[in-house]
Amino acid sequence: MLKIFKYTVYDLIRNRWLIFYTGFFLLLTIALIFLSNDVSKVLISLSNITLMLTPLVGILYGVMYYYNSEDYIRFLLSQPISRTSIFSGIFGGMATSLSLSLIVGLGTPLLIRGVLFVPEFITFIIVLGMAVLLSIIFSSLAFIIALYNSNRIKGFGVAIFTWLFFAVIYDGLFLLLLLIFKDYPLENITLGLTMFNPIDLARILTLMNLDISAIMGYTGAVFKNFFGNPLGMMIILILLICWIVLPFYWMLRKVNRKDF
Amino acid sequence: MINNSNPYFKPIQWILIYWFGVGPIHLHARVTLLNAEQDLHQIVESAQPYDSLILSQGIYTFENILIDKPLTLMGQEGALLKSLNGDEILLVTADSVTIQGLTFTGVKTSYIKERSAIRIDKGKYFEIKDNVITNCFFGIYLEHVSHGVIYNNRISGQATTEAGSGNAIHAWYCSNIQIKGNELKGHRDGIYFEFVDKSLIEENLSFNNIRYGLHFMFSNDDIYRKNTFRDNGSGVAVMFSKEIKMIENTFSHNWGGASYGLLLKEINDASIINNQFNQNTIGIFVEGSNRITYSNNSFRRNGWAIKFSGGCSANEITNNNFLNNSLDLVVGTKLSDNEIHHNYWSEYTGYDLDKNNIGDVPHYPVKLFSYILNQVPEAIVLMRSFFVYIVNFSEKVSPVFTPKEVFDPTPLMHEVQ
Repeated sequence: MLKIFKYTVYDLIRNRWLIFYTGFFLLLTIALIFLSNDVSKVLISLSNITLMLTPLVGILYGVMYYYNSEDYIRFLLSQPISRTSIFSGIFGGMATSLSLSLIVGLGTPLLIRGVLFVPEFITFIIVLGMAVLLSIIFSSLAFIIALYNSNRIKGFGVAIFTWLFFAVIYDGLFLLLLLIFKDYPLENITLGLTMFNPIDLARILTLMNLDISAIMGYTGAVFKNFFGNPLGMMIILILLICWIVLPFYWMLRKVNRKDF
Repeated sequence: MINNSNPYFKPIQWILIYWFGVGPIHLHARVTLLNAEQDLHQIVESAQPYDSLILSQGIYTFENILIDKPLTLMGQEGALLKSLNGDEILLVTADSVTIQGLTFTGVKTSYIKERSAIRIDKGKYFEIKDNVITNCFFGIYLEHVSHGVIYNNRISGQATTEAGSGNAIHAWYCSNIQIKGNELKGHRDGIYFEFVDKSLIEENLSFNNIRYGLHFMFSNDDIYRKNTFRDNGSGVAVMFSKEIKMIENTFSHNWGGASYGLLLKEINDASIINNQFNQNTIGIFVEGSNRITYSNNSFRRNGWAIKFSGGCSANEITNNNFLNNSLDLVVGTKLSDNEIHHNYWSEYTGYDLDKNNIGDVPHYPVKLFSYILNQVPEAIVLMRSFFVYIVNFSEKVSPVFTPKEVFDPTPLMHEVQ
């Protein structure tokens, strides 16, 4: 598994797309820093962009990488290696290299800017952490999609729809639901509904750092208890980790049953 | 004990009297050094006007000490006045009384009487300086007084409920008083003004009070400047008052469902200049206030920078910085006849082709999302969602729900310094 992991990482960090992706974030962060001297403003803009873009890139890149390395995977499958370790290796390698490019792209300019020594350091860690977690979650979803669809066009279609669903449609339906049932107490439902969308979870964790003053303004006791203490943050982190573990487990199940 | 040949009398104390301002006119005044065994009631009663009583170190357990003549009460280090049964400690009914360097404690909560450590009733020209008041129901209570100063006191309480706690400094029907350099915490209101005119509140620090850091009711022509209000239930409430000047104050970390940095209710002709609003749930909440100037303020990372809730006209919002607030401006109803111009909005996305530091496209600070939030407060969890961006953007292109007339025609490209 480790060997496959290593080769995947080696393969990917020389990949043109990934270098482009890293370069994009590098340029973006540098541009934002030049545009604004205020680190917290840079972080807000970055979090807006990463929350939208990292899932998209994660899912599309994941699907693309799987389809591109289908021959390599088939070749590996013919070797005496367990399916679990082949796919864990490949998936792990891909997730790692995506995360690496994010860390380099977002991290280096801000580190040079001196983010270590400003009070926004925790926000920086959270923005970066969320970007990494979302990349991992959506690339595992990508593998599942690719495993279920051998037709590439269909696979890409499903991937784009999945991203669109989590990034836009889900929140739209959510808001619609809130508006329809606005005469009822909605705190618990609202909290519950956010759990089913990793982008929402990541967004709320960022909100708890950036907009805590606004969130604390809502009088509902459930909200205040949830957002007002570190426990809420822990719960969100645990849920995000579930969002990594469960799709990964699903992927391995599918891998072990699929007729390649 | 009190006579002209006072054994404690020394030349150095003449200098002391000079320093603290009682001196030149009243050179005949006597200075008496007291210790904790003596009966304060009797000594105060037999003192002559303009005498000075210096309390040496020790715990003086008395209550309801009536000062009905001009006296100077000074404490040496460690002089502690403790309420005997939890009733009031000092009651001043004369002019020109100075109370300095004393520590007060032990005035208990009463639901019948507003007990306080120092009460001044109908006195003028008083000075209350360098005192420490801890765990008292009310700290300093002024009624019908004028021309007094309250300097450098530290007043702290352990308030838990609004009903069962008093104000650190409470002023009722006063004029021309100065409150400067005090530290006020753990009370109901840090400073409470009711019918107080022409007064100055300066350089105070008011924090951890459960209701307001500073509270005006029916008070006119007052100025407060360079104060800091943080972590209070709400920072400052100005209600039913006219001509209040609010300058160079800092309002920060006032969090909660009904928490405002500054609450304006039925205020006319006020000016709010050069203040800092940092991380409050609502920076300024305005209701029924007219002819108010908001200029050169900075709003940083508040939930709502300014929330207008109707009945506001002829206000001018100019040269302010709106920096990274969750929502910059919210208007409840129509905001007519108000001028918003030359502000810096960190959310502004326009451009400046002629490089005159004024954006070429107007900025519309009210978003559809804030309209939705008014209807469904729970929707706050969707803030910064991509969907909300799309909704806001489409509303910005063709406003339907948000008021068209609220906009900044001349947004600045750079922060106001």
